[in-house]
Amino acid sequence: MTAVPRPAAEDAAWARLAAIGAAILVFGLLFLLPLLAVFVEALRRGLDPALAAIADPDSLAAIRLTLLVAAISVPVNMLGGVAAAWCIAKFDFPGKRLLTTLIELPFAVSPVISGLVWVLLFGAQGWFGPWLQEHGLRIVFALPGMVLATVFVTFPYVARTLIPLMQDQGREEEEAAATLGASGFQTFRRVTLPNIRWALLSGVLLCNARAMGEFGAVSVVSGHVRGQTNTMPLHIEILYNEYQFVGAFAVAALLALLALLTLGAKLLLERLTGRRAAVHA
Amino acid sequence: MTRPETTIRPPPGEAPRTGVTRRGALAGLTALAGASGAAAQGATTLLNVSYDPTREFYREFNAAFAEHWRAQSGRAVRINTSHGGSGRQARAVIDGLEADVVSLALAYDIDSIADRGLIAADWQSRLPQQSAPCTSTIVFLVRKGNPKSIRDWGDLAKPGISVITPNPKTSGGARWNYLAAWAWAQRQPGGKPEEYIARLYRNVPVLDTGARGSTTTFAQRGLGDVLLAWENEAHLALKEIGEGQFEIVTPSLSILAEPPVAVVDRIVDRRGTRAVAEAYLRHLYDPEGQRLAVKHFYRPRDAAVAEANAARFPRLDLVTIADLGGWREVQRRHFAEGASFDRLYRPGR
Repeated sequence: MTAVPRPAAEDAAWARLAAIGAAILVFGLLFLLPLLAVFVEALRRGLDPALAAIADPDSLAAIRLTLLVAAISVPVNMLGGVAAAWCIAKFDFPGKRLLTTLIELPFAVSPVISGLVWVLLFGAQGWFGPWLQEHGLRIVFALPGMVLATVFVTFPYVARTLIPLMQDQGREEEEAAATLGASGFQTFRRVTLPNIRWALLSGVLLCNARAMGEFGAVSVVSGHVRGQTNTMPLHIEILYNEYQFVGAFAVAALLALLALLTLGAKLLLERLTGRRAAVHA
Repeated sequence: MTRPETTIRPPPGEAPRTGVTRRGALAGLTALAGASGAAAQGATTLLNVSYDPTREFYREFNAAFAEHWRAQSGRAVRINTSHGGSGRQARAVIDGLEADVVSLALAYDIDSIADRGLIAADWQSRLPQQSAPCTSTIVFLVRKGNPKSIRDWGDLAKPGISVITPNPKTSGGARWNYLAAWAWAQRQPGGKPEEYIARLYRNVPVLDTGARGSTTTFAQRGLGDVLLAWENEAHLALKEIGEGQFEIVTPSLSILAEPPVAVVDRIVDRRGTRAVAEAYLRHLYDPEGQRLAVKHFYRPRDAAVAEANAARFPRLDLVTIADLGGWREVQRRHFAEGASFDRLYRPGR
């Protein structure tokens, strides 16, 4: 007896269905269900208590602080990320590999460490603590420390999005511009930037989503002062620990919405880019 | 061509256009920062850095004190609070969190701030009752009907009992729990506290960093048969999470927990807030402060208030920290690196 070989296409269809089913199951269980739970819990007692919890002065302060930290950290990382990617993709210099690896450092270390390093440097007992106190400057347990921690944790997003793209694109266009007499800045603005702008935006949006959601590193340098140094993730934990479950999940739902909005913007952008690419082809 | 072909100069910062955008961004940021700071303007602010279970008490007390201070001085004061495990909060103050006052779970944590020179060494004698305006004790919270019949400390070390208590390295409440258990075991005939503690902590599946974390683990996540908790925290859990779900068991003996308060001298002198900070702590001893403490299930110091609420707080034998040798001795013997807790807590064995 020899087995009759089934048509390859049928086999593939089965496998494909199984794979898609598994993917949907995992996606549903791991992502959609928890997300749904957040919104269900937030609206458990109706819309009004949820809105009231968000309108609470401490919640509003947390929302404002979160947006402020992101508004400072994201542009800093955009500039830093572009500069780092530009250096790595377009130039050769000693220590280039080391720099490439260092950029990924924030991904590799635990957020607790990313927060503690700033306490070690700028805390009252830290290296620069006495000098800062003499001059009445506050870094940890205040806005600057929270921005530093966020910048540190989210630095790789822009750079990591740009480096492969810029390396792919090579140096020819920039070299041609230089040959034609363009200055460095002109080259960057007229040649490099248009080539990377969609990737840049996408990196910036990811960076923003992460900056708003960062918990660990910011928790270490925040000091947890209600209405002053609590960002949304920290405020959610506090509300939860105070048995204010509707409030906790209402703020969590808002944070999730902000993140979803960011991802939606990214998706839209990718569609636009896809269309543009098609037009160019 | 004078320029080498393979390199391009990095962008110089000379273009006038960037100046405009930069100025615009700066203006936007200043506006945002101003908006967030505006709420705090016009009133003196105090920062009270406190431990975990005092959140509800201080929320109410802060509002009461603001009224009191306005009536007394005609000025507005706004009190900000920060809550967390007592040891961790002390650490934050040492690292530069600008607390005008600290209200922590145990004197040792304030001592360690005083050791760094932020608080005068004699802080504990500056206010009545060793600077502890109210007291509490450690009780058991069990599930409804007490299905495992947990009556006293001895029952906690029996096989098959799961005990929830936070980590004594980071939580003040956890140290009181540990010491109450130790004190009970010491007083048993032929008592071997080390052996008892080792058996007790073998029954602890998870050590949270703070008292509130443990309460959530027990009440919200449904882990464990018994929670070792501050008396006030146990009552709060009953009230917030549902009367019908838990019961409080008062053991035969427990510890007199005296959570102290102190003005942080270096901060109030720098910020010019000494007068209001001292008034704030003194108000804790006033009848209003004492009544609010009782409302949140802290045991009052004021004799009249205590008399009026005698039914609220069951009588039990209470050992004091002095009976155990004082905090420095207790720290050295039990909670320092390699001391009794490190030797006796062996998870997974």
